[in-house]
Amino acid sequence: MAITTRKKKQSKLVELVNIPLDWLEERSGLIGGVKYFLFRRVPRDTSWWHTLGSATLTAFLVQAGTGVVLAFYYKPHPDTAYESIQRITNDITLGWLVRGMHKWGASVFIILMFLHMARVFLFGAYKYPRELNWIVGVLLLVLGMLEGFAGYLLPWDQTAYWASVVGINLNGTGPFVGPFLAWFLQGGAEIGGNTLTIFYALHMLLIPGAIIGLILLHLYLVVRLGVSSPPWSEEAAGRDRYVVTTNGRTGLVNPKPRSGRPK
Amino acid sequence: MEPHGERPHVAGPSLWPIGFAVGIACVLVGLVVSWPVAAVGAAIALIFGFLWIRDVTGDYRGDRHELAETDAAPPVVVEERELTGYSRNKFLELSTLGLGGLITGIVVVPILGFAVAPAFVNQELDEVDLGPLDNFPEGKWFETTYLSNPAEGEVSRRTAYIRNNGDLPDRQNVPSYTIISNRCVHLGCPVQASGPRAEQEKKVQTKAGELTLTEVTPAAFSCPCHGGAYDTEGNRTAGPPVRALDRYAYTINGDRLGLLPAYSVAWVKGEGADALIKRYEHAGPGIHVDGAEAWLYPILPADVAS
Repeated sequence: MAITTRKKKQSKLVELVNIPLDWLEERSGLIGGVKYFLFRRVPRDTSWWHTLGSATLTAFLVQAGTGVVLAFYYKPHPDTAYESIQRITNDITLGWLVRGMHKWGASVFIILMFLHMARVFLFGAYKYPRELNWIVGVLLLVLGMLEGFAGYLLPWDQTAYWASVVGINLNGTGPFVGPFLAWFLQGGAEIGGNTLTIFYALHMLLIPGAIIGLILLHLYLVVRLGVSSPPWSEEAAGRDRYVVTTNGRTGLVNPKPRSGRPK
Repeated sequence: MEPHGERPHVAGPSLWPIGFAVGIACVLVGLVVSWPVAAVGAAIALIFGFLWIRDVTGDYRGDRHELAETDAAPPVVVEERELTGYSRNKFLELSTLGLGGLITGIVVVPILGFAVAPAFVNQELDEVDLGPLDNFPEGKWFETTYLSNPAEGEVSRRTAYIRNNGDLPDRQNVPSYTIISNRCVHLGCPVQASGPRAEQEKKVQTKAGELTLTEVTPAAFSCPCHGGAYDTEGNRTAGPPVRALDRYAYTINGDRLGLLPAYSVAWVKGEGADALIKRYEHAGPGIHVDGAEAWLYPILPADVAS
């Protein structure tokens, strides 16, 4: 008797938790969407190598989070930028830590992007039908580097200033459009106060926005196409799909084991 | 999570939220006006909130009577038929696209213009007053810093190496100056005067801000970034630079020296007042101004800037 009462209570409790979730699901399909994203099928022999992409995403989220907080205290003006960085580093509570995370995290982000790219390349995971995701990844790599270039000027110390002078003038030597690119980046004929605010806007608004958009596309393609199994896998990648018969291509339809040995 | 059927799971209409809202409004007003009002508001909100929740959770508690099933209207069957000619649909589609494009253009073009154009207009700098001619005795080099754009402040401080070459060979009492930009024409780092440097710098106040003058005795100019090296006329002697150092034009206003815009130099023959300078429009660092590579830069920003 006691047990049935407890069970009854428990089911009541579960129902209570489910009420708001049901409400959300019925109106948005978000719960199902999250479940679909989290509990999708992956090959059984995925390994730690497959975590490099999520690691890169984590590094980007750390950059985004620390960057937002740094923007609370950073003052992007030639007269104040350097001092505000000094204040963040030396005076403001935990500023040294957040700035350090942002500074070193930038290198971690770039390094992880390269490791992730190496994994995808060596596993052959860029092949059909994942070519587009490789292309999106290359764009993300370029944008990540641009982010690093734009962010490097912001401390506004001698290293930052002259490295950016050299970087801008490197762009300026490009044939035909190079000189115009340099003037655009400088915000004029010479490096000056506008350069700092232009780089700041590029660094915290334009490029991160583009990166976030491309990351969403990247993830969408990962979920849509599935995770590829490693090259030594004896299992087939992908799952059964509708047969595409328009041009005789089968793609991932009823995939066969790679080694040719049936399981 | 149970699969939802045809009918949406919606609580029936209820009037209690109105009372709840009045209660909350009373609380907010009471916080400003007086505590009793807030207390009364809180009581109203609590009572009506309880009634509202009771209403909404009726389904869950099982004491709600089922809503009467209403028959859905039968689906309207639309007869499809082939459309010929230029349909109304097509017209509306094209006009939506056209109008949308126009509106987008009206919004986007000025924004893009604002993003790009300011870098290329109003880039002419005013003449810079470099102070009395007496500050530059004949035959001596001075590392001179000045504000190229006083309105922008210290960030516009630039450095030039200035030498009084003595009178022009063909004109008495008209001094000649060599004014070399310190911007390396490899990638724009600051070149240094290689040689002894006076410990004291001289500060000169002008209308356009403070000048600093430091006497230097360069045997050459050299760049710390990538090892570019130049002789005292600015000709490249070693390293990656692609041309000679830029120079500034100058003007003499009575007894004061005025700095005019910079120009680029392919090479310099001769020295000082006798120098023959192959001069080009000012180009950024790393850009060839002569030879075949100059064809890579048919139009420079300076050509279109105003």
